[in-house]
Amino acid sequence: MTMMTAPPKQTFRVGMLIHDTRYRSLTIQIVVLSAAMLMAAWLINNTIQNLAVLGKPISFGFLSSAAQYDINQMLVSYTNQDTHLRAAFVGLLNTLLVAVLGCALATVLGVLIGVLRLSKNWLVARLMTAYVEIFRNVPVLLWIVFAMAILIETLPTPRDFRGEEATASMLLGDSIAITNRGVYIPEPLFSRSLGDLPLPGAVAISLDLVAILALLAGGLAASAAIRRRAERIQNATGKRPATWHLRLGVIVLPQAALLAALGFHLGYPELRGFNFQGGIHLRNSLLALWLALSFYTAAFIAEIVRAGILAIDRGQTEAAAALGLRPGRIMRLVILPQALRVIIPPLISQYLNLTKNSSLAIAVGYMDITGTLGGITLNQTGRELECVLLLMLVYLAISLIISAVMNWYNARVRLVER
Amino acid sequence: MPGQPFVRSHMLPERAPPATAAGPLLWLRENLFSSWFNAILTLLSLGFVWYVLAHALPWIVQSSWTANSLTECRQQIAASHGPGTSGACWAVIRERYLQLIFGFYPSRLYWRPILAFGLTLAALAPILFPALPRRLLWLSSTVPFLVPWLLWGGSLWLPVSIALGAVLGYAALRLVTPLAGSLAGVIAAGLVPVLWWLFGAGPATGLLQSALPLAIDSVQSRAFGGFMLSITIGIVAITCSLPIGILLALGRQSDLFIVKTLCVGFIEFIRGVPLITLLFVASLLLNYFLPPGTSFDIILRVIIMVTLFAAAYMAEVIRGGLAALPRGQYEAAAALGLDYWKAQRLIIMPQALKISIPGIVSTFIGVFKDTTLVSIIGLLDPLGFSNAIRADTAWNGIVWELYGFIAALFFVFCFAMSRYSMYLERKLATEHR
Repeated sequence: MTMMTAPPKQTFRVGMLIHDTRYRSLTIQIVVLSAAMLMAAWLINNTIQNLAVLGKPISFGFLSSAAQYDINQMLVSYTNQDTHLRAAFVGLLNTLLVAVLGCALATVLGVLIGVLRLSKNWLVARLMTAYVEIFRNVPVLLWIVFAMAILIETLPTPRDFRGEEATASMLLGDSIAITNRGVYIPEPLFSRSLGDLPLPGAVAISLDLVAILALLAGGLAASAAIRRRAERIQNATGKRPATWHLRLGVIVLPQAALLAALGFHLGYPELRGFNFQGGIHLRNSLLALWLALSFYTAAFIAEIVRAGILAIDRGQTEAAAALGLRPGRIMRLVILPQALRVIIPPLISQYLNLTKNSSLAIAVGYMDITGTLGGITLNQTGRELECVLLLMLVYLAISLIISAVMNWYNARVRLVER
Repeated sequence: MPGQPFVRSHMLPERAPPATAAGPLLWLRENLFSSWFNAILTLLSLGFVWYVLAHALPWIVQSSWTANSLTECRQQIAASHGPGTSGACWAVIRERYLQLIFGFYPSRLYWRPILAFGLTLAALAPILFPALPRRLLWLSSTVPFLVPWLLWGGSLWLPVSIALGAVLGYAALRLVTPLAGSLAGVIAAGLVPVLWWLFGAGPATGLLQSALPLAIDSVQSRAFGGFMLSITIGIVAITCSLPIGILLALGRQSDLFIVKTLCVGFIEFIRGVPLITLLFVASLLLNYFLPPGTSFDIILRVIIMVTLFAAAYMAEVIRGGLAALPRGQYEAAAALGLDYWKAQRLIIMPQALKISIPGIVSTFIGVFKDTTLVSIIGLLDPLGFSNAIRADTAWNGIVWELYGFIAALFFVFCFAMSRYSMYLERKLATEHR
C-alpha cells in the first residue's frame, strides 16, 4: 500500500532571498542597482551643488560664441572669429589626419620589421629585436617630445639655405626644404580649377578632389570588371588572358587626362624673406607627433605580425606546395588569409591605441581636438565639465566606430565550426 | 697468387671537417650569407651599426661632466678634443639627476623614499619569487601602510589606525560568518573597515598621537616629483588595478544582467577614451563630484583615475584568460560541489591568470609608461622636469643627454618587467612539450 503525502508546501521566507539560488541573483542585482543609482545620484547632486556655488550651471551655449584664437594648421577654412564648435571640428579633423597618417606609416614599418624579425639572417633579426624592445619599453610621450626636440634643435634654419655659402640645400631639385620650422613640400595646384562645392555647415569640398576621387573609383571598378572577365575565361577555357596592362590603363589614362584638363601643376616652396613661402608646410608638431606615434606603434604591430605568421602551421605551406602552388601563390592564397585572421583584430586595436595616443598632441602644441576643445576652449571659457564631457564623447564615438568595424571583420572571417 | 687483400690494422684518427662546414665559418655562412639577398642585408646592417657606433661612441666619451651650462660644455669639449668636436654634455645630468629622481623632495629626507622603495622591493620579492621564505609575506602585508607614511610623513598612528581597519574587517568576517552565513560575512567585512576609516580612524589617530606623539616630518604632495612620482603612481595603480580588474572581469562574465551591464559599460567607457581625458577629470572635475568644500590631494586624484584606467584594461585581459578556459573546468568545479567563489579561487582563477600573464604584464608596463602623462596636467614627473630644464637658459638646446637619461630609466624598469613575465611563463608552463 502506498501512502500519498502532499508535496511540501512552498512558503516564502525572507531568508530565501539570500539562501535560495532562485531568488539570490535577483536580490544581488537589486542591491547592486540601488547602490549604483545612489552613487550616481550622490555624484550628480554634488556636481549640481558645486556648480551652483560657482554660479555656472551646465550650458553648451559657449560653443556658438566666437573662439578668438588661431589654429595654425587646418584642413577646412577657419578664422579666429569662427565659433568654438568650428574650432573643435577643425581639431577633430586634425586628430583624424594624424591618426590616418600614423596608422599608414605604422603598418608599413610594423609589417616590415615583423617580417625581418623572423629573418634567418642573425644580424637583421637581432637589430629588429633591439628596435622592438627599445621602442616598446619607453613611453610614447617621451618619443613625441624627443622627436619634437630633435626636429627643432638639429635641422637647419631657413637662414642656412640663403646666400652663397649656404650650409643647407633643398632636396630633389629644389622641391623639398627640410628646416627646423617644418618641412616644405610642393603642393598640387589646378590652373583651371572647378572651384569648391559648398556643403551645409560652412564646409567646402574642392570639386577637383571630388572629380579625381570619382574617376579613381570608376577606374578601380572597371579594373575589377576586367579581372572578373579574366576569371570567367579562365574557368571556361583554362587559360587566363594577360590583363595587367588593361587594368593599369583604365586607372592611369583617365586620371592623366583629367589632371591635364584641370591644368595640374606643382607649386614649389621658395625662400622669401626669413622663411619659405608656397608649397605645403608640414609643421614640426605634426611631423613629431606623426613620426613618434608611427615608430612607437610599429614596434607593437611588428610583434603582432610576427605572432600571426608564427601561428600558421608549417604543414599549411607544405600542403599547398604538394598541391603544386608556387611560393607567391602559397603566400597569397594559403598563408596570408589565415595569418590575417590572427593579425587583423589586434592590429585594429593598435590603430585604436594610436588614435587615442594622438591626444598627446597637446604636449607639442599640435592643434588636435584635445588642443582646441580640451585645451584653449576649455581655458578661455572655463567650462571644464562641458568641454571634457564633449571630448570624451568624441573619442568614445571614434572608438566605438573602430570597434564596430573590428566586430564586423571578426564576424566575417570567423571559422565556422561544428 | 696476388697477396692478401689490404686490411687496415688500426683506426685512422678522425680528420677535422673542412673549414667551411664547421665552426665560425659555417655559422657565418648559414646565418649571415646564406643567399645573395641575405648577404646584402648583412652588409647594410653592418654599415648601419658601424655608422651609429662611429657617431655615438666618440660622442659619449668626448664629453663634459663639470660644466655649468651648455655653452661652457661646448667650450670645454672644444678645448680638450679640438674645435668642431661634438660631445655629450653629461654635466646636465650631474647637475639635475637628483631633481629628475626625487623632484623637490627635501634632500635631507631622501632616505625616506629610498627606504620606501627598498621596502617595496622586499615586499614584492616573496610574491614574485615563491622560492623565498614565506615568512617575508608578513612584511608584504605591512608595506602598503608603511610606504605612504614614509613618503608623506606625519603621525605614525595614522597608518596604524588605517591598518586597524583591515584587521577589524577580518575580525568581522570571522565573527559574522558563523552567525549569519558567508554573504553577510562578506558584507560585514566590507562595511566595517569603511565605517572605521570614515568615522573612527581620524579621532583614534588624534587620541593616540596626543597620548604618545610619534611622528616624522610631513612632506607636501607639491614636493613630489621626478622618477619617484612615476614609481609611486605606477606601483599603486598596478597593485590596485589587478584585484579591481579581476572583479570587473568576473562581473562581465556574470549571468546577472545588471551587474554585467554595469561592468561592460564601465570597461568600454574607460577603454574608449584616452587616459589624458581621465587625467583632465582628475585635475579639473573630480572636486566637482565630491561634496562642496572637499578638496583632496592631486596625486591621490591622479592615482585614482590611473587605477580605474588600468583596471578596465586588466579586466579585458583577464576576460580573455577566462574565455580561453575550457567549459569543462567550470562544470568539473560545480560537480565537486564548490560554490561560485570557491570555484573561482581554487579552479578558475589560477588557470585563467596563468593564461593571461603576458597580457597582465604588458598592461603593467603600459600603466607605468602612461604615468608620464601626468606631466601634461602639470605634475613634475621626469618629463615635466625635462621641459623645465630645456627652458632654463643655461641648458637651452640640450636634447639627447636629457631624454636619453630619462628613456634609460624607463627602459630598465619596463624591460625588467617583460623579462620577469617570460620567466613566469616558463616556470608555470605545465603542458607537455
